[in-house]
Amino acid sequence: MSSGFWSMGGYARYVWPCFGFAGVVLGWNLWSARRVVAAARLRARRALEMALAEDASR
Amino acid sequence: MWTWFYKLASPPHVFRVAAAFVPWLLGVAALALGYGLIDGLAIAPLDYQQGDAFRMIYVHVPSAILSLTVYTVMAAASAVALIWRIKVGHAVAAASAPIGASFTLAALVTGSLWGRPMWGTYWAWDPRLTSELILLFLYVGVMSLRSAFEDPARGDRAAALLAVVGVVNVPIVHFSVVWWNSLHQGATVVRLGAPKMPGSMLWPLLAMWLGFMLFYGAVLCMRLQGELLNRERQALWVREAIKS
Repeated sequence: MSSGFWSMGGYARYVWPCFGFAGVVLGWNLWSARRVVAAARLRARRALEMALAEDASR
Repeated sequence: MWTWFYKLASPPHVFRVAAAFVPWLLGVAALALGYGLIDGLAIAPLDYQQGDAFRMIYVHVPSAILSLTVYTVMAAASAVALIWRIKVGHAVAAASAPIGASFTLAALVTGSLWGRPMWGTYWAWDPRLTSELILLFLYVGVMSLRSAFEDPARGDRAAALLAVVGVVNVPIVHFSVVWWNSLHQGATVVRLGAPKMPGSMLWPLLAMWLGFMLFYGAVLCMRLQGELLNRERQALWVREAIKS
């Protein structure tokens, strides 16, 4: 890549942080959504295990 | 004919559809974002006034449009949940709020980074910027209100009411540049009539817009799965889904 591309015509200190922040927001959304699903699956699995244990103890 | 529509009120059906859509939405979003980034950063010509600084449009505009779109989706889902007492509506609203808040923050931060070289300041109490900041506060308010009640059903109803009332801010954000004197430029793409940009600049913007929308669809589907699992934890369909 040419240095002209990275310098963005003198606006690099604004352009790259702008794209960087948007990338962070996209990345955070993907990471947090995966985390929400994983945590919900874990909670549901625990609820199921507790229900099965209660059934077995009766 | 309307069977598919009625099925949208069924949590197990929505859970299955959401799970099936995620890989497709993410795949097409990645393609659109990849094309938009390469074209927008390296191929699109310079703006004759703003030079390379105009390239910030490729993340700022999709973030700003998404901030309004997500709020509209959240308010519509809340209205459906309040009027027809459809639980999936509350789940969609709850899943949308953090996504919308993050893109509103992205619109504000990327906008201020663009404002510094163009206007000479990171922030001004301009109608567009101020109404967008109010939108962020509305998102935070909706999320806070939902978690402020011990009874989740009451929290859902209170948050839904605020979401529906707050939707009045969406047209205010959009038309603020028309109704009041503003530093912010007028609508370039979302307007009556043809866009004001040449195709070489417009296509990467449309690709980024599509990419952001599909990305929202994907993360909404993922968060929606989590919401439905949490809300229906004791339901038989959740137990069967977890077992499988």
